[in-house]
Amino acid sequence: MAPDTPNRPDPRLTAALIAAKAAGLVIRRMGRGGGTAAPGLIADRIDPGLLAKICDRLPSGVLVVAGTNGKTTTSRMIADILEADGHRVAHNRTGSNLVRGVASALAGRSSLSGDPRADVGVIESDEAALPAILRLTHPRVLALNNLFRDQLDRYGELNAIAVSWRAAFERLGPETTIVANGDDPTLAAITEGLVARRVLFGLDDPASRHRLTALPHAADAATCRRCGADLAYDALYSAHLGDWRCAGCAAARPLLDVAGRDIVLDGVDALQTVVDWPGAGEPLPISVAIPGMYNVYNTVCAVAAATCMGASRAAIADALASFRSAFGRIERVRYRDRNLVMALVKNPVGFNETLRMLITASGRLETPTLIAINDLHADGRDISWLWDVDFEQLADGATPLYTAGLRGADMANRLKYAGVAADRLHPLTNDLAVALDEFVERTPVGETAYVLPSYTAMLALRKVLSDRGAVETFWRQ
Amino acid sequence: MSGTGRAMDLRIGWLYGGKMNIYGDRGNVLALMRRAAWRRIAAETVDIGLGDPIPDGIDAFFFGGGQDREQIAVARDLVGAKGAAIRTAVEGGAAMLAVCGGYQLLGHEYRPHGAAPLPGIGLFDLVTEAGPERFIGNIVVETEFGDLVGFENHSGLTHLGSGARPLGRVRVGRGNNGRDGFEGAIYRNAVGCYLHGALLPKNPVLADWLLQAALRRRHGDVELAPLDDALERTAHAEAGKRALRAR
Ligand SMILES: [Zn+2]
Repeated sequence: MAPDTPNRPDPRLTAALIAAKAAGLVIRRMGRGGGTAAPGLIADRIDPGLLAKICDRLPSGVLVVAGTNGKTTTSRMIADILEADGHRVAHNRTGSNLVRGVASALAGRSSLSGDPRADVGVIESDEAALPAILRLTHPRVLALNNLFRDQLDRYGELNAIAVSWRAAFERLGPETTIVANGDDPTLAAITEGLVARRVLFGLDDPASRHRLTALPHAADAATCRRCGADLAYDALYSAHLGDWRCAGCAAARPLLDVAGRDIVLDGVDALQTVVDWPGAGEPLPISVAIPGMYNVYNTVCAVAAATCMGASRAAIADALASFRSAFGRIERVRYRDRNLVMALVKNPVGFNETLRMLITASGRLETPTLIAINDLHADGRDISWLWDVDFEQLADGATPLYTAGLRGADMANRLKYAGVAADRLHPLTNDLAVALDEFVERTPVGETAYVLPSYTAMLALRKVLSDRGAVETFWRQ
Repeated sequence: MSGTGRAMDLRIGWLYGGKMNIYGDRGNVLALMRRAAWRRIAAETVDIGLGDPIPDGIDAFFFGGGQDREQIAVARDLVGAKGAAIRTAVEGGAAMLAVCGGYQLLGHEYRPHGAAPLPGIGLFDLVTEAGPERFIGNIVVETEFGDLVGFENHSGLTHLGSGARPLGRVRVGRGNNGRDGFEGAIYRNAVGCYLHGALLPKNPVLADWLLQAALRRRHGDVELAPLDDALERTAHAEAGKRALRAR
């Protein structure tokens, strides 16, 4: 909330900001990019109230985005929209989304007196950190994309997250608007009956040819939170998201306030939808140069959340028309006269959606593909999740599939059990630099090839490509 | 004899597949199905959910892990005739692989923190109590099937009774309780363990032992045709290396 007096001097806050900025400078001088949480850690020791104080000084308030998948893309869309609408936006754009990372990002932008040099905050929050971030930032708008099972060794059980979120939501007052995905049965249930205002968004395109016909194996929350019975779907759009109803009780998807209709997916390139919000004006046609059904959800979420922050229709349309995908989502690289399309894969739901996007055109994969899987901490050390991805949809076809990374052998074996013929399977070495070159070598000159890496494999591949001068002009960071 | 005469058939019962299917457990059922199909054995999978009786003629069971809410419903469902039918099938030679929550519910009981114990079916002479920490990481277990490799993620501490035989000795990881060095349990053709997710695709020796036991019940002693397990062996070797490195 906006302070009604000018910021008073706060020596403790200033001391914390000086320490944070010094730490950030040292880290950058040492060439150790990425360590974005350390300044926040140091600042937190000096003034634990830093994040809350900076947020209080944002006159147009704070918007928080949370969800398992798509929160980085969604928060970038919202930040772009608010900028197009004339705001100065403070945003933890590097995706460092724990409390200290958020504090670092905002401290890095502030003056030493604690002036945030922005009027609005857009904060992407990690799932586990959300209750703390809500307590510290008092958001005007909380946007909730979805809640999926991610690597369980990091996040604990899905239900535990849902319970902790619900408790945090109950502490929000009527000044907060929760923009929640009503197509997600868990989110619909845990945002019901709160003091905070709720705006539900979802998709409403039951005749779409992009609908799913069956629940993917990776789907969570396919049971009713009220009575435990299985859920049925009148239309299923992605993972467990859709027009759901309970077979055992009266629970069903509530009426949507905001609905994406007339969905058009254009392969790995773009999507279109018409966002319909009766009561907020005429339906708004949107076209964005990012692919896949999951990004339709991100887009509708961003439109709804930005509208709740007061953004104009023109700002929404302008910002989305020029939106480019975030770091690591979909990247295009020209390398040794081949066109590489790289998409991060980090959990079963995301991987399924990526595969679905790659086979949109013909229903089969027709482009040589390298899947690179590591099992370091940031990837999730447990690679069991590969067995929840529906690789069976790659079994039909003739195109070669290559595997690499610390768990490339597991990946090749997974594809074998998915029914991919042995002569299409090419396990490469664990060394990603060598594997990449072998993959490119075997891809004809001038052709397109897909690279699907896990998180640390993506970082390693980017470094190889960037060291060889292949990527700079293609990546915006 | 394999490869001659009419095709053999096989029925696999997947206990609570809809509810207890966390961590890619379905990979185990997939491994049994594929390894049967590659040998031209006609295998089918039967889903056995809450309230469903145990059908006749199941040759192999798979029982995976679940979240707490699901595990309570499953424990209730197994009390009485259903649990007895599973015990009878295993006593009669049926193969069984039970992992994590499934493994715990095959013991006498599971004792959570500050709540009533969940009864198990008592197939294995063991009890499990909720522990103070989670054991998470790669695990290697030395067994009669050679080294088994996998990933464990559990807070339950399982203690074997005098009538239980451990599946093996922990080489890397924590195992049943992190203290006595044992992991899992084995009784007749039933194996229970904490190696979750898709254990069988990269431990093909255990997969084939279960298949053979299941076939024996229906078709007598048969020889399984050998398969090209090069990818499986590489995945096994790499998983072992990762486990040793992270130790
Ligand atoms: Zn219900």
